[in-house]
Formats: sequence, structure tokens, C-alpha cells
Amino acid sequence: MNLFEHPAHELLDLLKAQKTSAQAIFESVFSHLKQSDKNIKAFVRLSHQLPDFGPAVPSRNYPIPIALKDNICVEGQEVTCCSHILEGFKPPYDATVTQKLKKSGALILGNTNMDEFAFGSSTENSYYGPTRNPWDTACVPGGSSGGSAAAVAAHEAVWALGSDTGGSIRQPAAFCGVVGVKPTYGRVSRYGLIAFASSLDQIGPITKDVTDAALLLNIIAGYDERDSTSVNVPVPDYTKALINDAKGLKIGIPKEYFIEGMDPEVKQSILEAIDVLKKKGAAFKEISLPHTEYAVATYYIIATAEASSNLARYDGVQYGLRLQPQETRKSAIVDMYEETRDQGFGPEAKRRIMLGTYSLSSGYYDAYYLRGQKVRTLIKDDFDQAFKNCDAILTPTAPTTAFRIGEKANDPLSMYLSDIYTISANLAGVPAMSLPCGFSKNGLPIGLQIITQSFAEEMMFRIAYTYEQNTDWHKRKVGQK
Amino acid sequence: MTSSIGQKFETVIGLEVHLQLNTKTKIFCGCANLFGAEPNSLTCPVCLGLPGTLPVLNKAALLSAIKVALALNCSVNPRVKFDRKNYYYPDLPKGYQISQYDLPIAEHGFVMIPVPEGTKKINVKRAHLEEDAGKLVHDMVAHSSLVDYNRTGTPLIEIVTEPDLRSSQEAYDYLNILKLTLQYLNVSDCDMEKGSLRCDANISLREKGSTQLGTKTELKNLNSFRAVKASLEFEVHRQEQLLLAGERIVQETRLWNDEKQMTLSMRSKEEAHDYRYFPEPDLVPFTIDQATIEKVRESLPELPAAKFDRLRKQYQLSDYDAGIIIQDQTIADFFEKCTQHSQEIKKICNWIIGPLLQEINSRKTGLAELSLKPQDLTTLIQRVEEGVLSNLSAKEVFALMVETGQTPDAIIKDKGLAQVSDDSALEGIVQSVIGENQSVVEQIKQGKDSAIGFLVGQAMKKSQGKGNPKKFGELIKRRLQDG
Amino acid sequence: MITQKDVKYIASLSRINLKEQEVGRLTKNLEAILHYIEKLKKVDVSQVQPTSHVFPLNNVFREDVVQPSLHQDKAIKISQNHHQGSFKVPKVIE
Repeated sequence: MNLFEHPAHELLDLLKAQKTSAQAIFESVFSHLKQSDKNIKAFVRLSHQLPDFGPAVPSRNYPIPIALKDNICVEGQEVTCCSHILEGFKPPYDATVTQKLKKSGALILGNTNMDEFAFGSSTENSYYGPTRNPWDTACVPGGSSGGSAAAVAAHEAVWALGSDTGGSIRQPAAFCGVVGVKPTYGRVSRYGLIAFASSLDQIGPITKDVTDAALLLNIIAGYDERDSTSVNVPVPDYTKALINDAKGLKIGIPKEYFIEGMDPEVKQSILEAIDVLKKKGAAFKEISLPHTEYAVATYYIIATAEASSNLARYDGVQYGLRLQPQETRKSAIVDMYEETRDQGFGPEAKRRIMLGTYSLSSGYYDAYYLRGQKVRTLIKDDFDQAFKNCDAILTPTAPTTAFRIGEKANDPLSMYLSDIYTISANLAGVPAMSLPCGFSKNGLPIGLQIITQSFAEEMMFRIAYTYEQNTDWHKRKVGQK
Repeated sequence: MTSSIGQKFETVIGLEVHLQLNTKTKIFCGCANLFGAEPNSLTCPVCLGLPGTLPVLNKAALLSAIKVALALNCSVNPRVKFDRKNYYYPDLPKGYQISQYDLPIAEHGFVMIPVPEGTKKINVKRAHLEEDAGKLVHDMVAHSSLVDYNRTGTPLIEIVTEPDLRSSQEAYDYLNILKLTLQYLNVSDCDMEKGSLRCDANISLREKGSTQLGTKTELKNLNSFRAVKASLEFEVHRQEQLLLAGERIVQETRLWNDEKQMTLSMRSKEEAHDYRYFPEPDLVPFTIDQATIEKVRESLPELPAAKFDRLRKQYQLSDYDAGIIIQDQTIADFFEKCTQHSQEIKKICNWIIGPLLQEINSRKTGLAELSLKPQDLTTLIQRVEEGVLSNLSAKEVFALMVETGQTPDAIIKDKGLAQVSDDSALEGIVQSVIGENQSVVEQIKQGKDSAIGFLVGQAMKKSQGKGNPKKFGELIKRRLQDG
Repeated sequence: MITQKDVKYIASLSRINLKEQEVGRLTKNLEAILHYIEKLKKVDVSQVQPTSHVFPLNNVFREDVVQPSLHQDKAIKISQNHHQGSFKVPKVIE
């Protein structure tokens, strides 16, 4: 096996046994990346500064090559959220996760493709063009962290970070056959994550297996005084939760999730996953999350409202794109705003900014935004109720496998509905992850989602690990169909 | 201007005051909160609103706001939150201002102002915390404006009155009392020139007896309390003329032009306005418990109104004297310290209101910058009482005390300013003055007593001011009687 | 439901200069999405408090201690348009 194909925990073992070096790992991954990405287009930019392996550099605890979604700031490194409007923006600061990664010795490879400002579920809404699914390059990798998921699946990176606002880590992880974790809201600092929807966004790991996800979350989790919404609870060692046993665990299956529109192959894989965990001692029961059908609508109100405000700063005044139309329409400054924003944002960004502006505007606030926040309360209550009777909830990550590039491009609503199983966890703030649980006849990966209570990531990892240790989907590699 | 208004219309005014708080750092980041630095030298990713950055509330700003709230007799809300006010302007780097919408720090307060009939309660509707915007400079570069974000993120408290003010004079008085109160709290330097205190006014007219509000205009660019007063007077007249002519008032923002002494419509193509307030997701809510409120309340200084009443009662000061003394907290403290060393309350008061304030005003400084000790002033007063100093010399000594910080006794000794009261030393002068002014002596002898003053004056001249004039008078009289 | 006039107004609030052809398409898109969102009207929320933050945190403060600011050069370097330490924008008419 090539070095670049190993998960990080194996690489760390090799390093410990002195069978490889940080430089060898980096070079293996980096040269593979440069070759492979011509086809996949997972990366939009490589780090302007490659890691230094000279003798003066202190030894690295985790010299693992990692890809960052193009919405995580690295000082001096251009970051654009794959939007024309941020072209050329080089933040003069590191995100908190970037600082933590640098401190751990991780090797930052570059920025990965995403839907513009994380608006999408296919990575097609990128200013730089789509990323291809490594399992079938005619298909999307999912989104919005499609570049990060594809990079890990194609072994162009050992680890990646994504961000998840409504499923943007889990859905591409499912589509690309890798592990993706959305931590509890407040578990990982959002400082330096370019905001989409502040009350929903979380940064999380995308990795080759569950052990790596636990390792990476160990590094990035924790309270940050620069993020008022990060929660000051101790970070456990998540690798200690990797126990291959589900004895005594109660797992809920929400009846509302097994509905029309779910691909029969997806359904079959989930049923088989249930059997695997039953054999390891888990007890399953049907539960109810009664407000599930309102989750997508609620999400699109809240997320777009916050986004419309978060994206107001892209106006050409300080950084990024600035355009001035030839003719004077209103006034020089307003014309600059309007031209810059018209040319700088893609169609989906405009759609969401407009929808969000509309739901906050005078006369509509109560009917849309406020109502959305109230239904959010009900959705959160659903989870609180459910977790009184179970330790975790198990669902498919997405209703289908990866769809073809262009297939949903002209139907925004059907695109929105592909997040139907992932959105609720963001609204409720609870942690959730996706891990591979099978493949379709066409060879496309299927994802299993595990949701637990807030700050119960250890339970989530335990169930995921148990499942993973008793199946070998995670061992299947791209190109080995 | 105000004559006809009394007949048909009533003026209705509400004021919005923005006050910059003097915390060490900005409201949501650790940049220093200072005025006058190089442009954009006090900024960081947070106050520049760079993508991915997040605000964290400065605790001191919240405590200062509670202080203001209590001083304005407001009820402090037990639960407050921040909201985003969305609008576009180049001095607003995030495209929204973090402000407070429906759960402000404080509501339902009041300020008492003097009116001819006594006092009047001006209700404070609310006071809330928000971040200041940057500063635009328009005339440095052709076709461009320049933006300095140093001011961005300065903590502001906005204090909004109910439309309770009925004249420009009331507005002026309210502002003065508000400013004085805020100065006592030491939460801001309240300097309108630096923009740390800013005021906008809403004004409308309505027919007398009506309870409905008329259409208002909003007045901006009011750079002094005088400008507030003048703009309101102008606007009362303008609106009145329009209404009398049967025209309608346009609801608009008008800018005060200090040179032309008139308000002018902004006229710019106003863009669609809808602030789309919603709860700031990047900040969590804040609870303010009773214990915190009480702790802040205990830290409040005696406020101007209370001090005014107490000084009048405790020292029998006149309204006028007390009113002047309380205009500056340090002066009031100085006054009270002086009273610990001397019972000459009225004299202390006169020295403070007269020579001391003159020194402060002419030096454009504060009392703290002068090296003047309360005990030195009372000693000076005592020396005059004892006849050691003439009033004239005392003023000279005082000026030197302020200048050098020396004690009055040291100055008297140094400069040889003590009055000579010793008879034998003065006799010679009296004798020669009488000798040189025989015609005056004759007049006195014929009963023109007032002419004695002239001789005293001549004697003082001869003594180079050091003679005790009272003593001279006595000696001259005695000599003339004898002679 | 949502008209082209509404869309133009929302675009001007959002400071986006929509082209005519975009107005029609966006109106259709937004109409479909708003129609979908209508389903929330079925939910009885009369007794429900809104959620702004999923985790009930309160009182997260910063102490009033000065931290270093960015150097002026570093601050304005994020912009292509600056003049003597200030950011430069098209003239703002007051």
C-alpha cells in the first residue's frame, strides 16, 4: 500500500516504529495529489508555503497532510469561499482551528473546493467549477465540503476539515465514502471560519476512518475565548471512546426518516447496518421526531437570513472584488456596491441572500424568521424527547447516492431536499456523523448517519467504531471497485 | 422667532444622544479605545469586520452602560441581548451594526430639568449599547472618500428621550443636565468636539391641545449644544411657516448648516431603508442580576441634582452659587475640602467662583491640572482676614499659588507682600502725604470726609502697596484731629 | 405571492443590481421556495419561544484589557485601494 493511502493512525504507528518520516508522508501525499487532482479538482489552491522539514523545525506530533475547506482562514493564504467576490483576499490572521493544527504539526496542503459560501449540496456552485466524485467522475462529490471529501476519498489528503451548516460535511462524506463529523454546536471554535449561518455552522473532520475522525477532533475541539458561542466544557480524549462493543446501547430509528424518496439501495444498507450493530449488542427501537417534515423549510429561513447579513460585508469597500459600472445609476458608492455584488456572487448566493433579506424584511419577519426560530425550538425539543429513550439515533445520511453533475442544477428546491436527513442536527445543535455503510450497484458509496446528544460525541464515536470494526466498507479504496 | 409659536402650535422634541464610553478597549475586540491615532492603526480583524471574525463583549462596557442606566433612573433589564442592524455604508465594515433592538440595557428612566414653574420630568425611553462606526473624510482626494476604522467598535450608549421636550430651551437644558450627569459618572469625556457625545433631534409641531404627534423631521450634524438649540429654533420657525401656509411637513432628515444657520434637506437619493433587525447569533444573551445592579449602584457617585440640594442645605449656598459649584465635580469636591479647614463658606465660594474659575478658564484646563491645595486657599483667605494681605495682594498671591503650587505663606514671604501694620513705620509716610497735600487737608477739615480716601491712596502708593490701608486711614484721621 | 416588484425591492435592499432577465428567473425560484416554506404555517407555535442559540449560554465576556492591534500597513494591505493609511472608496455624497 502506498503511504498516501494510509489513515493517519497507521501513519502515526509507522512513524513511531520509525518506518517512515514526516517528509516521506508529505511527499507521498503531495505528489499523488498533484497527479490525481488534475482529474478530481478537489483543490482550488495549494498552500503558498510548503512545510519545512529542515533540522531547525521542532518535531511534529501529528505530521499529517490535511486539506482545509476554502472557508477556513490561514494567515497570508488567499481564501475565497470559492466566490469571485473574495478573490485575492488574504486574511491577516489564522482561524483558531488553523492555529491548533499548526501547533499539532499537521501539514496544511491547501484549500479545497466548495459550493460558493457553502451554499449547496454538490460543489457545483463554485466559482472555480465543480469537483468530481472520485468513485464516478460523472457524479458530484456532494457538498458543500465536496472538495474536502473528494480529497480524502482520492487520497489527496489524509485528513480534511469541512464545515457543516445543514449537512455540508456529512452528505459529501456519504457521497465520497469517507467519515465526516459535525461536532456539537460550540464544540469547535468558529473563529476564522468564514460564516454562512452563524447559529448553525460547525467545523468538523473528514477522514478515512472513525479513528482518524476522533484523532482530528481531539486536535480541533475546545473552548475559544474568541468565539462567544464556543462552549467551555472539557474535551475528552475521543480515541478512548473507540470501543468495539454496543452492548446495552439503545439506538432509535426515527420513523419519519423512512419515507418516500429514499433510494431502496440506501434503505437496504441501513437495515443491514442495524443488523450489524444488533449483533454487537445494541437494542433498536422506533422513535419519533414529529417535526422532521418542517426541518428543511425552517433551515432555509434561518440559514438564509443569517447568511444575508453575514454576506453584507462583501461590498467592495475593503477587500476582494471591487467593480464600478461605466454608467452612473444611483451614486458612485451605491453603484459600486451593486455592481460588485451582482458580478461577485453566483446565482445560488444571490438566491439565498434575497430569500434571507426577504424573510427579515419589515412585514415578513414574524411570518418567516420568527416563525422559523419557533419551529426550530420544536425540532430541538423533538431531539430532547427522543434522547430520553435512546442513546443515539441512526438514519441514512442522504436519501440517495451521489447524483450526476448538472442533474439538479436547475431545480434549487430538489437540491435543498437532498439535505433532508442532515439538517435537523444543525437546527438542534447536536453532533452527528456519517460513515460508509455500503455501495450501490453502480459502485457509489452510501452513508450511515449517527446522531447523539449535545457533547455526547464519545457515544457517537463508540457506535461508529463498533460498526466500522465489524464491516469493511472503509477499507474499500477508490479505483478498486 | 418663538413669539407666534405660543399662539397656535406646540413644539414637540425628542433627543437621541450617542455617548462614547471611555473603556480601555473597544466593545467587541481588544483594540485600544483612543482618539486621535494614525488612521487605521487601532484596528484588528474583528473591528475591521474581516470574514470569519467574531465579537466578544467587553464587560466594562456593559458595566458602564448599567451605570448610565441607573444614573438616568432607568430600570435595568434582567435579560439583554444584541441584535444586528443591517445597512450599507462604507464606515460600517460588516454591513451591519451590532446594536440592541427589543431588549436594551435600560428603559423607562427620566431626567429632571428646571423650568420657570419649577422642575419638569423628561422621560428617557431607553438606553442601549452598540458599536460605533468608522470615520469618513471627504475632501482629501478627488472623487474619493477615505475611511478610517479606528473609531469602529468604540462602545456607544444611545440615550433616547420620549417626545417630552417642548422648546429649544428645554432641549438645551436637558442636554446640559444629561452631560453633567454623564461627566459625574466618569464613563465618557463627553466632548462634542471629539464626537464622544453626539446628538440628533426629532422635532414636530402640532396644534395646541392636540394629542397626536405631527410629522417630524430629524436633525443631524449638530456639533454643539448651541447648534442643537439654534437648529431647533430654525426648524420650529420653518415648520410653522409651512403649516400656516397650509403646506405639509415632509418627514426627512435635515442637516444643520452652522455657517448658514439653517437646516437643509439631505436631498441625496435615499436608498431603500429597512434595518432588518434580528438577534446577533455571534453573541449570547446577557443576564443582569440584582446583585450586579446593586454593586453598580453603590459605586455611583453623588449625582449633580443631589449634590445641588445638599450643598444648598449643608452650606446655605444660594441656588446660584450651588449651581455653579456643581458644574464640575472636582470643583465641588475642592469646595467641600476647603470647608473642612475654614468656616468662611461664602468667602471660599467667592474665591472659587471668581478667581479660581477665571484661572481655569483662561488656562483652558481643569482643576486637577492646577497644583492648588484646599488648605492653601483657606490659608490665603485667613491671611486677608488677619490683615496680613490686602485684597489686591491676595489676588497676586493666588495667581502665584496656582502657577507654582507654593503655599501662600511662602509666597508672601518671598515676595515681601505682607502688609505693614506697624504704626512707627507708617507714621513717616502719613506725615509726608499730609505735608504734600495741604489743599486736600483743608477740604477734610471743612468736613469733606470722603477726601480721606485720596490721602490713603497716596499713602498706599508711597508704601508700594505694602501698607495696611485701614491702618493708614486711622493714622491720617488721628493726625488731622490732633493737628 | 412574491412579485417582480418585490424581488426588485429586495435586490435593492441587498445591494445587488439584478439584470432584467434575472428578475424573472429569481422571482420564479423564490416563489417555489416560499411556497415550500408555507408549510410552516401549519405548525402551532402560539406557545413556543424562538430559538436564537441552541446552547443556552449566557454572559460570555472579555476583560477590558488592551490587545495589540494590526500594524497600519498590515490592516490596509487587505485593500487595493488605500491612500496614506486610509481605505479609499468612491466619493460618498452626504
